[in-house]
Amino acid sequence: MIGLSDYLILSAIIFAISVAGIIINRKNVITLLMCIELMLLAVNTNFIAFSHYLENIVGQVFVFFILTVAAAEAAIGLAIVVVLFRNRATIDVEKLNQLKG
Amino acid sequence: MSFQVIVFYGFATWLIFSALMVISSKNSVKAALFLVLSFVGAAGIWMLLEAEFLAISLVVVYVGAVMVLLLFVVMMLDVDYAALKQGFVKKLPLALLISIGFFLMLYRFIDGSFDSEAYAAPAAKAADYSNIKEIGRVLYTEYVLAFEIAAVILFVAIIAAIALTFRGRRNRKTQNINKQLQANKENRLKIVKMDPVVKDTSSSESEEK
Repeated sequence: MIGLSDYLILSAIIFAISVAGIIINRKNVITLLMCIELMLLAVNTNFIAFSHYLENIVGQVFVFFILTVAAAEAAIGLAIVVVLFRNRATIDVEKLNQLKG
Repeated sequence: MSFQVIVFYGFATWLIFSALMVISSKNSVKAALFLVLSFVGAAGIWMLLEAEFLAISLVVVYVGAVMVLLLFVVMMLDVDYAALKQGFVKKLPLALLISIGFFLMLYRFIDGSFDSEAYAAPAAKAADYSNIKEIGRVLYTEYVLAFEIAAVILFVAIIAAIALTFRGRRNRKTQNINKQLQANKENRLKIVKMDPVVKDTSSSESEEK
């Protein structure tokens, strides 16, 4: 039988994979965005697993809002990437040192 | 092994494999397609957790809209992805160290605290139970303000995305309201004073005859 901990471990694995992806693909902005999407997916899976096992629908409502905000974030992030590429002709994060931060 | 267990491990393997491919593939288009695959796998897992509405909306919203947007951007940008992938092997040990440490930390927390005794599987729902009805009931009563704010966030995202990427055309023939309001009679009408000129037409008429 599948328990709550199986779902939690699955989403922990996905989260760890996306953390590794952020470290590996530090240069490519688009892959960074994809890794953030994967992280949100892991978090949402946690929410839904708890919602199912505690028989509380509010967890699913929260996932609904996370999906909304993630869609908005992806749209604005991709718009920023497009503007960035138009101005600098690169999406390498390490070359974005104009602000000298 | 029950059917549920087989489905869970099938989707879990699918999800982990495609997530690994997302972070390791050289081509960004391939990575985006594997991200689509992992979203579909996650939708299967969510379906197993009886969150039917969210599973379907994940497929519709993410696979149908956000990932298409991502693929558009990936294909539109002419980037040398191989150059961006440099240093993959160099960063791999650090990435493995951090992610395995992170996973072990989470595992230590999860292991034993959430076993079947503490969180028993809920009883099966009645046949006429509707997941989407339950979500709608909560969403439109208790969380209606959050729902409205979510709509505003989406609206702001639309305007921000358009404002960021919009490039206005040059030489557009639009009205300039400011100039139009400043115009007065002198700009529009010019009265020219001139002497009356009377042509002598009698001689020309006689020539024609």
